[in-house]
Amino acid sequence: MARSRLGDRTFRGVSALAAVGLLGLLGLMLWVLASGGSRAFAKFGFGFLTGRNWNPVFGREQFGALPFIFGTLVTSAVALALAVPVAVGLAILLNEVHSGWLRDPLAVFVDLLAAIPSVVYGLWGLYVMKPLFDHRVEPFLTKTVGKVPVIGALFRGNPNGGDLFTAGVILAIMILPIITAVTREVVAVVPRDLREAAKALGATRYETVRYAVLPYARSGIVGASILGLGRALGETIAVSLVVGNGLGIGASLFRPGFTIPAVIASEFREATNIGVHRSALLALAVVLVAIALVMAALSRLFIRRSAKLISGGPPAGERERPAIQVAR
Amino acid sequence: MVAQPRAVTALIGPSGCGKSTFIRCLNRLHEEVRGARVSGKVLFDGQDIYAPDVDPVEIRRRIGMVFQRPNPFPTMSVMDNAVAGLRLFGGLGRSEIRERGEEALRGAGLWDEVKDRLDEPGGRLSGGQQQRLCIARALAVEPEVLLMDEPCSALDPASTFRIEELIEELKADYTLIIVTHNMQQAARVADWTMFMLLGEMVEVGVTSKIFASPEDKRTEDYVTGRFG
Amino acid sequence: MSASAAGLRRTAASVHLSTRRKAKDRAFTIFLWACGVLAMLPLLFITGYVMAKGLSALNIDFFTKEPAAPGQSGGGIVQSFIGTGLIVGMAVLFSVPLGLLAGVYLSEYGNGKLASVVRFVAEILLSTPSIVAGAFIWAVVVVALGSFSAFAGAIALTVIMWPIIARATEEILRLVSEDLREGALALGLPRWKVILRVVIPTAGAGVFTAIMLAVARGLGETAPILLTALGNDFINVHPSQPTDALPLRIYEYARTPVASQHAIGWGGALMLLLGVLLLSITARVLSNRQQRRTR
Repeated sequence: MARSRLGDRTFRGVSALAAVGLLGLLGLMLWVLASGGSRAFAKFGFGFLTGRNWNPVFGREQFGALPFIFGTLVTSAVALALAVPVAVGLAILLNEVHSGWLRDPLAVFVDLLAAIPSVVYGLWGLYVMKPLFDHRVEPFLTKTVGKVPVIGALFRGNPNGGDLFTAGVILAIMILPIITAVTREVVAVVPRDLREAAKALGATRYETVRYAVLPYARSGIVGASILGLGRALGETIAVSLVVGNGLGIGASLFRPGFTIPAVIASEFREATNIGVHRSALLALAVVLVAIALVMAALSRLFIRRSAKLISGGPPAGERERPAIQVAR
Repeated sequence: MVAQPRAVTALIGPSGCGKSTFIRCLNRLHEEVRGARVSGKVLFDGQDIYAPDVDPVEIRRRIGMVFQRPNPFPTMSVMDNAVAGLRLFGGLGRSEIRERGEEALRGAGLWDEVKDRLDEPGGRLSGGQQQRLCIARALAVEPEVLLMDEPCSALDPASTFRIEELIEELKADYTLIIVTHNMQQAARVADWTMFMLLGEMVEVGVTSKIFASPEDKRTEDYVTGRFG
Repeated sequence: MSASAAGLRRTAASVHLSTRRKAKDRAFTIFLWACGVLAMLPLLFITGYVMAKGLSALNIDFFTKEPAAPGQSGGGIVQSFIGTGLIVGMAVLFSVPLGLLAGVYLSEYGNGKLASVVRFVAEILLSTPSIVAGAFIWAVVVVALGSFSAFAGAIALTVIMWPIIARATEEILRLVSEDLREGALALGLPRWKVILRVVIPTAGAGVFTAIMLAVARGLGETAPILLTALGNDFINVHPSQPTDALPLRIYEYARTPVASQHAIGWGGALMLLLGVLLLSITARVLSNRQQRRTR
């Protein structure tokens, strides 16, 4: 009589363990990283985040992470600036334009783009994109946009060698699929009636999208972008191959830079525990986790807001976002 | 309320009055819903099925149930569906399982129609056939009582008629309790009828009496169609 | 006369407006299609290039020999394939049961606070950069055991794959209609049997697809195994030793100045790309077929 109860209890217990294990995993991860990084934080305090010198040489150790934070933010900003418009355009194309023959293959292509391993992006970026950018794109930009006051400062500088701009562009390609996917869902949830009402009034496609679709999807698009941002911030391999590994902070996008994930990947081998080097790298990981956490929370918020605006139903991005395509 | 053995008891009442919830209390299926609570006793063969040492799983073998929407298991064939209860429970030999499967399908009046299609997926049958398959599946585990929650409401009239015929046959061997929102159906098939309103059991009696001369005014109002 | 002139003027005005609106619409449509083209280009470009460059590197040696000594050409990266098999194989062994069970819990028993918290945590884990998983396992396993190892690499991948499989499994199981569970319970089956023998088989292909996609993800990850398995020029089958893997090798060879290694790197990239794309496409096809069936 109690046999089925025992079976049920055991099964439920075991599966609960597997689920709760995730809690333990996160907890353990945070604890390990935090305690590992504590020495660096203790030694440099707030200066860890604001200092500009990063010298792992023992005896003269100096760990200021500002260049990496700077590099991370800049490359991600470039990536967003390039990817979001294309992603939104793509999402609208896939949802609103009804010419079947290209649409479905295109959707599949974009999904496959998400599946490409980042090391393949990196290899291609290093040997195809970088020379192209060094020899053609960047000099061209320097000559044209570089002359424009104020903004031009971004586009001046020595184009040779890896730089923040090249890294930003590669990141843009890598985050395009996720922003597109979530934007598609957000746009798809906008009810047909709104669109039909606009069309019935004689609105063109542009007007329909602009007045009947985008206002409702705006928050969701922000949320999608933040998701993309989260992914860009954490990308390691492709970036580390093309970013140039430079430590300076300056106005030009064409100078070599460094990002937090790239420096961790680059220095972990030599990071011993004698000094504070290892601790510094772990502290960087903590910074990364903190940023990722904030991004995840923010994106959830924005996607929810968009859904609420439309119907008060379950957030589209949350419900159907493929659990598989996320941060690399 | 007492359900007489080898007879059909119908539960009638307007929608939302709690018939489905009530019938799920009779095989302890209700407690699978989160936050559900039950008070009182349900006596089966003199024993309270809610007694602390009683295993709900055991109860459900002895008190079977058929649902409003036919729900054959989609990944299983017709025969596999019919014997699902036996096979998943284990302990019986293959030939015996097949025998009982055939018996159950005959008992549900489905055998002749599916005997050449036993390996087809259960979902390929028509709605009425699927429902009879579910009845066969319930019968295969040899329950003593069969609960039916609006078994015909998702079916067309022809299938409904066949199932009502089946009910007439089944009552020779089983105790049946049927929830229905269709008064005429209750009048057709049930020996006893119970009327529920707003979660309360209002009146129970022989079917003919409930319809011809009910004791409670509310019953009278319902069966004469003053509300519903 | 004046009435019709006014009418004409009005028509001219509306036509004028209409032209402007049409122009905007046109520009917009062009922009949309441009985005489409822009999105397709990288995929075509990258795949094409990798294929072109990588194909020439594929030969028998590539698949069967270890790297050549410095200065010599030839050789292959057999240790990368074996290593990938070892590391990803172990990761699958760890993460699939954990992920499936967690997903089952969230879907079948998960209506309370505990489940909500777990879901939230899973989401956080999903959005954590994979290098963080690498750093985490580096700090724990590598430092504790004193060496890089395939085992550590597998654990790092498990950290990534576990929440993915859990979330995907939950979503797929939730799609199974409640009627089925009720029907099975009413037959007198204990809940665990209902889950194992009815719910999961019904969700069948979907679960398999989810695992495939998680594996595709695991195959392509570099950063977490860089920090944990490190890589190796030689074949290694001991889980406790540094082990090579395809993504690691590609990363290494991308950074060397040796031309012959670049070529091999492209070959590796081709194999990796093929593997990942194959898994993704198969998963897609299977899930489409499954969707069509349950419709």
